[in-house]
Amino acid sequence: MRFRSPLQEGALVRSALILAALAYLLLILLLPLVAVFAEAFRAGLPGWIEAVAEPDARAAIKLTLLVAAIAVPLNVVFGIAASWAITKHDFRGKELLITLIDLPFSVSPVVSGLIYVLLFGAHGWFGAWLQEHDIEIIFALPGILLATVFVTFPFVARELIPLMTAQGRTDEEAALSLGASGWQTFWNVTLPNIRWGLLYGVLLCNARAMGEFGAVSVVSGHIRGETNTMPLHVEVLYNEYNFVAAFAVASLLAMLALITLILKTFLEWRHRDAIAAMGH
Amino acid sequence: MATLASSASPPHRKKKSKARSSMPGFGLSMGLTLLWLSVIVLIPLSAVFIRSAGEGWDAFWASAASERAIAAYRVSFGTAFIAGAVNSVFGLLVAWVLVRYEFPFKRLVNALVDLPFALPTAVAGIALTALYADTGWVGKLLPAGLPIAYHLPGIVIALTFIGLPFVVRTVEPVLAQMGKESEEAAATLGATRLQNFTRVIFPTIAPALATGFSLAFARGIGEYGSVIFIAGNMPFHTEIAPLLIITQLEQYNYAGATAIAVVMLIASFFMLLLLNLLQGWQRRRVAS
Repeated sequence: MRFRSPLQEGALVRSALILAALAYLLLILLLPLVAVFAEAFRAGLPGWIEAVAEPDARAAIKLTLLVAAIAVPLNVVFGIAASWAITKHDFRGKELLITLIDLPFSVSPVVSGLIYVLLFGAHGWFGAWLQEHDIEIIFALPGILLATVFVTFPFVARELIPLMTAQGRTDEEAALSLGASGWQTFWNVTLPNIRWGLLYGVLLCNARAMGEFGAVSVVSGHIRGETNTMPLHVEVLYNEYNFVAAFAVASLLAMLALITLILKTFLEWRHRDAIAAMGH
Repeated sequence: MATLASSASPPHRKKKSKARSSMPGFGLSMGLTLLWLSVIVLIPLSAVFIRSAGEGWDAFWASAASERAIAAYRVSFGTAFIAGAVNSVFGLLVAWVLVRYEFPFKRLVNALVDLPFALPTAVAGIALTALYADTGWVGKLLPAGLPIAYHLPGIVIALTFIGLPFVVRTVEPVLAQMGKESEEAAATLGATRLQNFTRVIFPTIAPALATGFSLAFARGIGEYGSVIFIAGNMPFHTEIAPLLIITQLEQYNYAGATAIAVVMLIASFFMLLLLNLLQGWQRRRVAS
């Protein structure tokens, strides 16, 4: 006689549920990913290389890397400062501050771009002044940077705050009582404690910074070879019916996503405890 | 004497450290946080409201409540709602399977769930369009009378892709942390598996499921990149609200774009408030 735990579904139900879940993930998630690579290599490897190495594509790749290289460190500094203020000190209005830091997550990317157009665009508050002084923000690199920093604003702080709350203040208090200065305590005690959580936040922040479309699309002006980031370049090529090239550049971004997922999975597996404290 | 002194001093010190934190760097870290928050987020966001107020109520209402804008809200909110509902069902299924069952390649499947967080939206958009267009892998298999790409179902598909991890990643931890005691008790009292699910398990995870739905819905109403390629973008029919903002901007109608942005922002704030309430509900549910 076979015994079945009353807390376990029958084998048939279990297999059916697993199959249904896998079928759904296959259709909704895996198929689009496969489609990107299938379309990208439709003209074979030479076609792919040609599309990726073409000057406008190269300029887009360079711009995307440049934007991420500036935006991510800025948000790392901010994220660490915010987490330090929030988790190592007591003050009134902490909950409100956390909500405000999370705010960019709930704003539509298009609105995130629009706000900077309203400030710095030709018809914006500072538009005339900027024009007078020959400073370009909208339809130029600074605008793209601002929009990217806005949409990636909460990532690092969001990972660090729960982690640092869980770790408490005792390590830092010990270091300080032994005579370490504030900076020494931060570099030698806090930073080593949070490094994996920080890396996790940087990873997600970077993926979003390189892949942001809506916000950047509003402020970039779509100037080929100049203000097109990789996602915008994909759009331009796609709208020109140059599908092979569009998917070739898109496949680079898909590879970035895959690398992000692999590193993320590795971090979660290697540093389960630290990541678990971050409330995922 | 000595004992008196030593027992008197710790409470005194404790009191002092409570009044002012002993940690250094409050001024610097808080100053930097508030400066960056104001410059990047608060001042630019308030610009939308101030600018819109400057146009006057009538101008705001004429743009924000125009027929075309209302149609766009209906498309954005309606498709985001349907996609959120679809994800609530399948997200729960995926979370359940990941937490409760063992199967081959589970870690790979688990990693795949986060793909929508990592894949740029524009890439998802063109990939889904290629799949669901008439000539695509999926589009080819569909009956002729059931168009997906360039119609409303296409928008739902894109938002389903974007929203899935929100539901899975919100429900998963609650399901994993749930003790077996109540389930065991129900089973001893003769509850079937299905009764156990509907009466014991589901009520416990309901707040998390509602939170996941709200997160997916909130993301869906503002989503742009993954939608515009597959949407068709016909005014009054398949035009989403974020696209209407861009269209207005391209026609240099700043007031029109700003008015719609104000409506979208108010919707975002409302969702944020709702999510905070849901979190309170969840905390109470876990505590009880």
